[in-house]
Amino acid sequence: MADKRHNLIRNIMTLAAIYAIIQLLISFDIIDQHLQLNLFLLCINIILAVSLNLITGFTGQFSLGHAGFMAIGAYVSAVMTLKLHLPFPLAIATSAVSAAIVGVLVGIPTLRLRGDYLAIATLGLSEIIRIIALNIDYIGGASGLADIPRYVNWPWIFAMTAGTIIIIYNFIHSSYGRACIAIREDDVAAESMGINIARYKILAFTIGAFFAGIAGSLYANYFYFLKPNAFGFMKSIDILVMVVFGGLGSITGSVVGAAALTLLSMVLQDLPTLRMILYALLLLVIMLYRPQGLLGNAELSWKLLKRGDKDATATNGK
Amino acid sequence: MAVLLQQLLNGISLGSIYALLALGYTMVYGIINLINFAHGDVYMIGAYIGFIATALLGLGFIPALLLSMAISALLGMAIEKVAYRPLRNSSRIALLITAIGMSLLLEYTTMYIAGPDTRSFPTVLTNRQFSFMSGQINISSMQLYILLISIILMILLQFIVQRTKIGKAMRAVSMDKGAAQLMGINVDTTISATFAIGSALAGAAGILVGIYYNSIDPLMGITPGLKAFIAAVFGGIGSIPGAMVGGLLLGMIETLVSGYLNSNYRDAVAFVILIIILLIKPSGLLGKNTGEKV
Repeated sequence: MADKRHNLIRNIMTLAAIYAIIQLLISFDIIDQHLQLNLFLLCINIILAVSLNLITGFTGQFSLGHAGFMAIGAYVSAVMTLKLHLPFPLAIATSAVSAAIVGVLVGIPTLRLRGDYLAIATLGLSEIIRIIALNIDYIGGASGLADIPRYVNWPWIFAMTAGTIIIIYNFIHSSYGRACIAIREDDVAAESMGINIARYKILAFTIGAFFAGIAGSLYANYFYFLKPNAFGFMKSIDILVMVVFGGLGSITGSVVGAAALTLLSMVLQDLPTLRMILYALLLLVIMLYRPQGLLGNAELSWKLLKRGDKDATATNGK
Repeated sequence: MAVLLQQLLNGISLGSIYALLALGYTMVYGIINLINFAHGDVYMIGAYIGFIATALLGLGFIPALLLSMAISALLGMAIEKVAYRPLRNSSRIALLITAIGMSLLLEYTTMYIAGPDTRSFPTVLTNRQFSFMSGQINISSMQLYILLISIILMILLQFIVQRTKIGKAMRAVSMDKGAAQLMGINVDTTISATFAIGSALAGAAGILVGIYYNSIDPLMGITPGLKAFIAAVFGGIGSIPGAMVGGLLLGMIETLVSGYLNSNYRDAVAFVILIIILLIKPSGLLGKNTGEKV
């Protein structure tokens, strides 16, 4: 018990330290505009990767449509702040809830599908969302929406990223999360143990979509500009690559994956084609040599660090 | 009435392309249960080979078609050997992600080598218009070529699958891999052959599209690839006649929607069909219903 409280205090201190250090770096302009943009993008990617991991990594529902949920959040938030002049907190809450509602609507019919069929159906739904957005003139159609007010700053993005990680971490370590993991391992066995599979699958989709909506809202109100083609098939693949790279079923893995791939894109931003070739090779090499991803099921933690290099390499290496 | 007929004719040529592509998806899915995301990119490579053969080597249409089918077949076999064979016993998610990786690799390597620009094909076939009903209905000779070549290839495929030894082996492996192996069938060779045949059909579709629409680019395979997969699901995945029917129907529905409703929603039609078919009859129009095994 004392150990648990000790851990909690340490985690809070770490979070506070990260927040304060970066806030200081920003205010002293050591993190300049360019770095800040990538830092914010990194945080948005972390939210997306962690929330997709809940659906794909922990519940085992292969989704190729996460960008669709993000698009819903981004457009709802943009319309509310730009067109209706509503306050940003209201916009971010509404966009998260609307993405979650779409998540339920996607979750219910696709429950009957599994594996590849589910993947292709979610891909189809996110493409439908994109094509609808392309054809609504009110939200700019193909040319997109510009001049969205920028409300997102470091406190906002930090709070949302940390909040996402904490909530999803706690969800997974609750009885709900254990039910989700049981469905991933063997849905027939889980059902015969009395787990209501349908309910948990929808729950996973809803929560995942909720946070993807938040990510979309942050994206819209930071980057000024939205267009439907930013939320295509490739964006969903991007998020999936982060999750797979870090390890399906590891939250810290998703954070590491998001960080690694955001850095890779930052370094190679002048060579977009080469970046995509590297991406593809990375996917192939991971799948051929380490299909469980960098961290697999394991989580980076204080314990892992304290156990020393020997144990850490035993779980991380090879 | 004339407009409807014209739309249907256009739909049939588009649908034949989808059918040729869908055959590759359905054969691969039937034999190793994998959505081969790289299939659309084999089609793109087929179009580029056709471009190289006609524009740079100055070959005629038929030699270019054969060359592009042969190289696509080799490419398909190579993809299977390098990326899919080592993962044959791992999880479905791992295989699917590998397929996505392979697809990205083909797309962007082509973009790196050939550049991202759209290229136009040289005219290798004289394109004549045939008019009927006092000019209300037009058929181009290109549309006839597409239809004719698709029909020849599909008959050839039916012959290979139903009448030859390798076709028998393919049917056996797709029914039960283990039992086929016990009967002395070389599973690896059979899967290789399936990839080769499917990819050759994709290569043929690629060069036909390149000549018909007169433009190719490195990302041209993504959308037709997805739609052809939908066509395969529509017709019943794993079923060869299903893929043909699904492809033709999808092509016709798509042209009808863009002709009568709103052409902007053309790309959404396929996905809507997919979701409807998955909800109502997941086994597809001509597929067999297989129960869940525990």
